[in-house]
Amino acid sequence: MAKLTMTVNGRQVSGTCDDRTLLVHFIRENLGLTGTHVGCDTTQCGACVVHMDGQSVKSCSILAAQAAGSSITTIEGLASNGELHPVQAAFKTHHGLQCGFCTPGMVMTAVDMIRRHGGNLDEATVRAELEGNICRCTGYHNIVQAILAAAAETGGVRQAAE
Amino acid sequence: MGVEGIGARVARKEDKRFLTGKGRYTDDMVVPGMKYAVFVRSPHAHATIRSIDATSAKSMPGVIDVLDGKQLLADGIGNLICGWMIHSKDGSPMRMGAWRPLAHETVRYVGDAVAIVVADSVAQARDAAEAVVVDYETLPVVTDTLQALSEGEPQIHPEAPGNLIFDWELGDAGAADQAIAAAAHVTELKIINNRLSPNAMEPRATLGIYDAGDDHFTCYTTSQNPHLARLVMSAFYNVAPENKLRVIAPDVGGGFGSKIFIYPEEIVCLWASKRTGVPVKWTADRTEAFLTDAHGRDHVSTVKMAFDSNNRITALKVDTIANLGAYMSLFSSCVPTYLYATLLSGQYAIPAIHANVRTVYTNTAPVDAYRGAGRPEATYLLERTIETAARELGVSPAELRRINFIRTFPHQTPVIMNYDAGDYEASLKGAMEAADWDGFAARKAEAERRGMKRGIGMSCYIEACGLAPSAAVGSLGAGVGLWESAEVRVNAVGTIEVMTGSHSHGQGHETTFAQVVAERFGVPIDSVNIVHGDTDKVQMGMGTYGSRSGAVGMSAVFKALDKVEAKAKKIAAHLMEADEGDIVIEDGALKVAGTDRSVPWSQVALASYTAHNLPPGMEPGLKEGAFYDPSNFTFPAGCYICEVEVDPETGQTKIVQFVAADDFGNIINPLIVEGQVHGGLAQGIGQALLEGVHYDQSGQLLTASYMDYAMPRADDLPSFTVTTSNTPCPSNPLGVKGCGEAGAIGSPPALINAITDAIGNNELTMPATPQKVWAAVHSAH
Ligand code: FES
Ligand code: FES
Repeated sequence: MAKLTMTVNGRQVSGTCDDRTLLVHFIRENLGLTGTHVGCDTTQCGACVVHMDGQSVKSCSILAAQAAGSSITTIEGLASNGELHPVQAAFKTHHGLQCGFCTPGMVMTAVDMIRRHGGNLDEATVRAELEGNICRCTGYHNIVQAILAAAAETGGVRQAAE
Repeated sequence: MGVEGIGARVARKEDKRFLTGKGRYTDDMVVPGMKYAVFVRSPHAHATIRSIDATSAKSMPGVIDVLDGKQLLADGIGNLICGWMIHSKDGSPMRMGAWRPLAHETVRYVGDAVAIVVADSVAQARDAAEAVVVDYETLPVVTDTLQALSEGEPQIHPEAPGNLIFDWELGDAGAADQAIAAAAHVTELKIINNRLSPNAMEPRATLGIYDAGDDHFTCYTTSQNPHLARLVMSAFYNVAPENKLRVIAPDVGGGFGSKIFIYPEEIVCLWASKRTGVPVKWTADRTEAFLTDAHGRDHVSTVKMAFDSNNRITALKVDTIANLGAYMSLFSSCVPTYLYATLLSGQYAIPAIHANVRTVYTNTAPVDAYRGAGRPEATYLLERTIETAARELGVSPAELRRINFIRTFPHQTPVIMNYDAGDYEASLKGAMEAADWDGFAARKAEAERRGMKRGIGMSCYIEACGLAPSAAVGSLGAGVGLWESAEVRVNAVGTIEVMTGSHSHGQGHETTFAQVVAERFGVPIDSVNIVHGDTDKVQMGMGTYGSRSGAVGMSAVFKALDKVEAKAKKIAAHLMEADEGDIVIEDGALKVAGTDRSVPWSQVALASYTAHNLPPGMEPGLKEGAFYDPSNFTFPAGCYICEVEVDPETGQTKIVQFVAADDFGNIINPLIVEGQVHGGLAQGIGQALLEGVHYDQSGQLLTASYMDYAMPRADDLPSFTVTTSNTPCPSNPLGVKGCGEAGAIGSPPALINAITDAIGNNELTMPATPQKVWAAVHSAH
């Protein structure tokens, strides 16, 4: 058994779990944060993406113990003060989700993608960057639209601030 | 249309909870005392079970119990059934073999469940499942669709000699043969429709809770139709009587057909909960999903299409063998029959059609409805054949289709369907314009200069949705009626709850159904709640599949709204001392037409509940229910055009544009309709380009993970051009047709027609992988 402490969505949490427990199961079962999903068993689908120390990771591909001491953000920690994050808002406006199962992973991936590329994203880059996230509902069309719109908005905001 | 009424492009109400991680899916449910189940599954495709020894598994840490099929049988739990009776052409009923929820004598495919382990954690249950010793005696295996019927192949069910389930026909064989003999030209093809795995991103899951105090069961499950699940589990599987069984399908992460059916796991978890005295939750991993979710398609057909000297189709003759896997799943029999052969007229006036369909057992996962269900198979067959005919006859593909289009409605086909409305020319024209068909030659020449082979292909599909007139499907063998129900409950403050038997698992009903209400009463959609997915909250319902929620589910809401409106008008007329016939509803108020007298909607609602001043004899309250049984199917249709570039060096196909021009009748929310088309296109393109389930000779599933089964990813697909031309459907009050499956139905032939056009070789099967395309390029003459 491993005893661990980490920061999740800004709050310090600790818990005990099997050495073999994956981060995604620790998040879902020990912490009750069920927004992070499990869609596969081969680290292919991306439904489980969270941010670890500011970078997107597939939480099914690391052990909870490896995340000890780190700072994790899950989909539940993205909106602030009841306001949707711009990426969440763009997904809503552009109908970038249907059943919602892939959505938390898509949004977390998109936030990281925009952080890395800023306003310089184009469609081909977005599609290539989404290689690790599978959606069966949307055909990706509106997800791509949503990410491009959010990137343009965020990039625009940045420029205005400069 | 109001800003939020019918036709408005409003963003979805349900999105917030999904976007903030607050969706509630079955695996998210936690109840006190809950334990976890893992199933012991057969590693063999065909074997006799000699014995099952769970002694050491039961003594492992955290294990509550291990239960097997003999115990299940002893407790009287029944066989899984197929709910649609098909008779062979000799009049004999289909030969359904027994499907035990837990096999105790014979296993028939890899993944067949033989025992359930219940433990404190999933990991402990998994460890113990590995320690259950099942002694198998392996038997010979057959997995291939054609081979299953051959002499000397292994016999899978004693009830079905030669593995033949039924040998069924539709249409007039004599008339078709005569026309073919007299034809000026006959096009012949062999068509294979590849086997697919549905792959809803949420794996199936179920939580069975037995309450010994009330002898009552609750089942959380990933279902598209919780009421049907309750009905079937009560009436056929003997789990519990309906009044002692509550089925809840909370947020469900996609279905595409695969979550219509009742599977062994929900039955076994409910039963295990009673046996062990603890709530039992099971969640499939992706490997189990590949192994055990009902697959789709898997047809092998030959087709003859006959033409007269004016290039008019005079006959169509089809012979199909459909693989139903190891067991007959809930609707497996109707997919290759009444959802398939009835659509073989397509958009064309064909005087004589005959289809013969044989279904077979094999040692593979059960096959049942998957997005489109039968209609993609019909469309692929027809649209590949007419395209091939156009090439053989030297006529342009658009022209050959045009010559044969049905142009007057209603149109009775020779295969049961009566098309009520449509305008096929309009969608053909719309698609060709959007795709700049006329500019293709120049684009092809330009591509050629870059060493690329460019091709263009079209497909004109029709489908039947709005399943279905109950009496009609009853006469064809359906075990249930296919109406829908709704209840509209106006609260005393004027907010509204709509209980519907339709189930939303991505389709956005919480928004579109609310739009229908908003249109009627002029209230904001935020004051309307759509309640679904719980047999305790919603009266009976038939669920969501076959693009039926709009045409059937919303029509039931529409009928209930009629009744609410009539009563509200009576109350308003009474309050304003006006004539009931003069009351109109506008902007959230009931007004006396032509005057400035009005009462707000909320005041009428309140008056109905205070009951201080109602018309004499009127019951208090403002709540009405309705059942809607459709008078006909609906017939969405359209034209899809795909343009590709094939790299002859690598065989890689790139889709350079994809245009969908659909006729869905009236549209409630274009944003959502476009999303449904996009998703369907991705699945259809996936079938044509990437996806395919493969078993090896011994019945092992080779494509059991996302490393092996090629799901469409974002960079496999283009952005889509989606247009609509709307001929209202005369068969339901909203004039809607259904849009959920069209994309998956219409797209595969458009894509294969485009690739075969590009490479100049018509011999190509789906999925058109680079390897196959490369080989086809290099064997083209
Ligand atoms: S669950 Fe992590 S990638 Fe699929
Ligand atoms: S929205 Fe359903 S899987 Fe993406």
